[in-house]
Amino acid sequence: MIDAAVFQAKGIGKSYPGVRANDGVSFTVAPGEIHALLGENGAGKSTLVKMIYGLVRPDDGEMVLNGQPHHPADPRAARAAGVAMVFQHFSLFDALTVAENIALGMENPPPRRELSDRIAQVSQDFGLPLNPARRVVTLSAGERQRVEIIRCLLQNPRLLIMDEPTSVLTPQEAELLFATLRKLADQGTAILYISHKLEEIRTHCDRATILRGGRVVDSCDPREHSARTLAAMMVGGEMRPIDRSGRQAGDVLLQVRALSQPAPTAEGTALKSVALTLRAGEILGIGGVAGNGQDELLAALSGEIRSAPGTILLEGADLSRHGPEARRSAGLLAAPEDRLGHAAVPDFSLTDNTLLTAGARKGLVRKGMIDRAAARAFAEAVIRAFDVRTPGPGTAAKALSGGNLQKFVIGREVMQAPRVLVVNQPTWGVDAGAAAAVRQSLLDLARSGAGVIVISQDLDELLELSDRFCALNEGRLSAPRPTDGLTLDQIGLMLGGAHGMEVAHL
Amino acid sequence: MIRLVPRSDTPALLQVATPVMAVLATMIAGGILFAIMGYDPVAAIKTIFWDPLFGLAASYSRPQLLVKAAPLILIASGLAVGFRAGIWNIGAEGQYIIGAITGAAVALAAYPAPEMWIFPAMVIAGAAGGWAWGMIPALLRNWFGASEILVSLMLVYVAQRIAAWMAFGPMRNPEGFGMPGSRNLQQYPAASNPELIAGTGAHWGVVAAAAAVLATWFLMSRHIRGFHIRAAGTAPRAARFAGVRPETLVAFCLGLSGALAGMAGLFEVAGPAGQITDKVGVGYGFTAIIVAFLGRLHPVGILLAGLLLALTYIGGELAQLTMNLPAATVQVFQGMLLFFLLGFDLLTRYRIARRVTA
Amino acid sequence: MIDPIALFLLLLSASTPILFAALGELVVERAGVLNLGVEGMMIMGALSGFATAHYSGNAFLGFAAAALAGALVALPFAILTQFLMSNQVASGLALTLFGLGLAALFGKPVEGVKAPTMAAGPLGLNWIVWLGLAMVPAIWWFLNRSRAGLILRGVGENHDAAHALGYDVRQVRLAAIAFGGAMAGVGGAFISIATVLQWTEGMTAGAGWIALAIVVFSNWTAPGVLAGAWLFGGVTVLQLRLQAAGVRVPVQLLSMAPYLATIIVLVAISARQKFSRRAGGAAPGSLGQDFHALR
Repeated sequence: MIDAAVFQAKGIGKSYPGVRANDGVSFTVAPGEIHALLGENGAGKSTLVKMIYGLVRPDDGEMVLNGQPHHPADPRAARAAGVAMVFQHFSLFDALTVAENIALGMENPPPRRELSDRIAQVSQDFGLPLNPARRVVTLSAGERQRVEIIRCLLQNPRLLIMDEPTSVLTPQEAELLFATLRKLADQGTAILYISHKLEEIRTHCDRATILRGGRVVDSCDPREHSARTLAAMMVGGEMRPIDRSGRQAGDVLLQVRALSQPAPTAEGTALKSVALTLRAGEILGIGGVAGNGQDELLAALSGEIRSAPGTILLEGADLSRHGPEARRSAGLLAAPEDRLGHAAVPDFSLTDNTLLTAGARKGLVRKGMIDRAAARAFAEAVIRAFDVRTPGPGTAAKALSGGNLQKFVIGREVMQAPRVLVVNQPTWGVDAGAAAAVRQSLLDLARSGAGVIVISQDLDELLELSDRFCALNEGRLSAPRPTDGLTLDQIGLMLGGAHGMEVAHL
Repeated sequence: MIRLVPRSDTPALLQVATPVMAVLATMIAGGILFAIMGYDPVAAIKTIFWDPLFGLAASYSRPQLLVKAAPLILIASGLAVGFRAGIWNIGAEGQYIIGAITGAAVALAAYPAPEMWIFPAMVIAGAAGGWAWGMIPALLRNWFGASEILVSLMLVYVAQRIAAWMAFGPMRNPEGFGMPGSRNLQQYPAASNPELIAGTGAHWGVVAAAAAVLATWFLMSRHIRGFHIRAAGTAPRAARFAGVRPETLVAFCLGLSGALAGMAGLFEVAGPAGQITDKVGVGYGFTAIIVAFLGRLHPVGILLAGLLLALTYIGGELAQLTMNLPAATVQVFQGMLLFFLLGFDLLTRYRIARRVTA
Repeated sequence: MIDPIALFLLLLSASTPILFAALGELVVERAGVLNLGVEGMMIMGALSGFATAHYSGNAFLGFAAAALAGALVALPFAILTQFLMSNQVASGLALTLFGLGLAALFGKPVEGVKAPTMAAGPLGLNWIVWLGLAMVPAIWWFLNRSRAGLILRGVGENHDAAHALGYDVRQVRLAAIAFGGAMAGVGGAFISIATVLQWTEGMTAGAGWIALAIVVFSNWTAPGVLAGAWLFGGVTVLQLRLQAAGVRVPVQLLSMAPYLATIIVLVAISARQKFSRRAGGAAPGSLGQDFHALR
């Protein structure tokens, strides 16, 4: 049993126009093993697992599952062969019930009543409580993931693929997830675990295959290496340490008082009496699991949502009833999480995208008239100062890589010299080089005397950047605590602990 | 196998070439249709697209080109602004009818006063009528979230019935021997919209259409509001982030296109049509949708597309007279044109590549 | 006075065209596609159904032909939206304009001829009325209880997820569009074969658009569609009764009633969906959005 591999990839290659996504990738997953697939964004991890799951077909190489050649025509064939996958995004149907969602992920689902019984059985066995009749739209992020996991477990998979599963969980919830995975592995299931979080891989995985630029660069036992070595393998070189020096807290710039706001949409989160104070030269970190009010808080600060009078004050001036343009003129700027479609218009050129936010502060628009030459010059300035890799300012935003577009978006705001800048998930889905550049630019901005609020789900990032930390949990903001000396465990509790999960008991 | 690869930039040549390809494809498909129906395809296509400009009766039909193109261009200019923002006013026909009625109402109320202010007042009243009719779906969407597509379209049927009621009731010509229809405004100098230069067909509506093309071009390419409209159409959340209020845009776009359609209706009823009847609406409001798309929602494109569709109207009438081709041919032609246009549009958004087979 | 049962039977007949078209569109929208071409498919069904019924002398054959014609004329829309990635709103409009033109063009030969008589079903009602009523529970069952219906709803709710799970989004949508076309065709044919008994240009008079509004009104459920169709049928019957009774309101204004009623109902239901959290969110999640899978 030990020697027979569950899954084997031999020289897998896949090309997209202009990109070699995978090149000669080979690795082996043994039964009962939690095998990490480690790599930066764009390293080719998701292309690889899509091929195993039958969503994409490899150009060359071969795969073997349970000793049989594995070349699934579609995900249903892959499922029939014993592969199951928990996706990071888009695989649940909001308006459907838990039971219906699970039935859609199975080849031959049993009748409704029987399926509900089996869901109840499995969720009890693994300590993942779920009501089969509830609609998914009403579930929290952690509960949604349970739906996906149970959907997989009901099929008794030989190989379970998990795509960045902990990005939506608190540290405590992640611990519970690993307990479940370990139990599964002990029953002989092989688990392929995709992540870029080094600490959790070091603690929980038996083996790690590291991908860079579409190739396997190393395969090792992660428990025998430090996070720093793993990072170096992943990025291909040492990272320049970040410079936090030369900042001191000054006068109060931004005050938010008793900000309450109903949820803007059925899926949204209501803000409940949020209060914070931000000083010049300071970086305030706001952590939280996705869907706890991050988008709503950013919208309330940027002016997309207006709030009650007296709730948002910038240097004493009440901006609560002002729209985004007036707030920008006053010096309160923001950069939302979603680069394509929120912070930038995907189809527009970079020049046109400067007009989205910089019209007033940079004099690109006067009395309603667009000064296209000035916009172009500003776009070029951002491209130069932030090392945005693009053919030129005429390139459409959607043609840029995630990291380059993020540098452009952050650069567009930073170069307007804001008094206060609010950013949400500034390095989400961005390669390590761009992430470091973005973080450094936020520190530099604070050093120049501005206040910065960083909303993020990446706790390492928050600990690295911020002077004070608060947690956003179900629309409530905790009291801030100095970042120095804060442990991950304490942060986890601030984030709401384990959100009603149970420890698996067997 | 072929595969579609999204483009990040569209070559300018394709922007121009795809509508031309659509027109050619329509001619070919139309020719096949004529052949099936038992007509000579070449003669039919020539009668529709060539003869109105260069045939025997060209001296009669050429001026008609501007007469028919003016309302199409006027309406389409407004519609295109909304379509760019993803705001679908498909009830321009109704706004056109109401504009004709409110504009004519001023004239009928003033009759037979000879003052100079009457015609300008009619233009304003026509625009205001169309604006108001367009604001109904705008406000219902802003206040209650009702689909502007369905409401604006339903209001076309309501407007048609108001026109019929006017023609048979309140606006009926008291000297018309009981015939339905209002007084003929062409016979009321202070209210009529005459041909400005003899033999060209150009009336005030043509002037207004030209102005509308210029104004919407300026709005969409030079003014920040046009930028916001374009942004809202392709990335609504980004537009909100920039500071655009969706409600404002809905009201602006439906109001603008309504006002332009209403104006078009007024120019028509005071000029070529002459009177309010139960058939005031002749479908310009719907054809203008095709004009807007054929012109790629660009003012200059709309100018050319409006002239082309006006040509199909005149050519269709000519083919009806000389070849006994059914009147509905033009409608089929226009529908096909839109189909082909949407199909060829693919080329502007995707590149076609051969699939690499595994 | 007026016999309420007779009035209800009239209402059943008056609501049938809309009921068919709206049930078809319900399935299409549940699959995530917004087809604004209902009016065009209805008028093509009205013409082909009538012509087939007239020349064959068999009305039922007419309805079968109408279903086929409705599905066929929806084909360009399906190709445009599913293969050529065209905007659904514009393509649906094109389908309506094209269908209206095509029907006007080919309808000339059958102008002025009469439809064959149909043998009435139970209660003196047309068999097609009964068929329409039977379709309501059938479609409800299909959507809520069958595996195929679950997949269709999944595709409409989140096409990326459905694709990721291995379902052929395009194939499901093509089938739904064809079904919607067939249903609209039958609805249109009911107007020409069973109600007006002859063919006239533009005879559907906005029924397709009203059907679209009724799908919104129904909150995307089959019983809701039935309620909407009956509401519309009721207004129509009432309006005709008032005309016949010689009420002192101009005929042209009375005949606005169905359209005004549609607007009022649309506004009321939209407001409910907008302001009430529980009622909201019933529209399929991927409705009207383009689907492009990278392979």
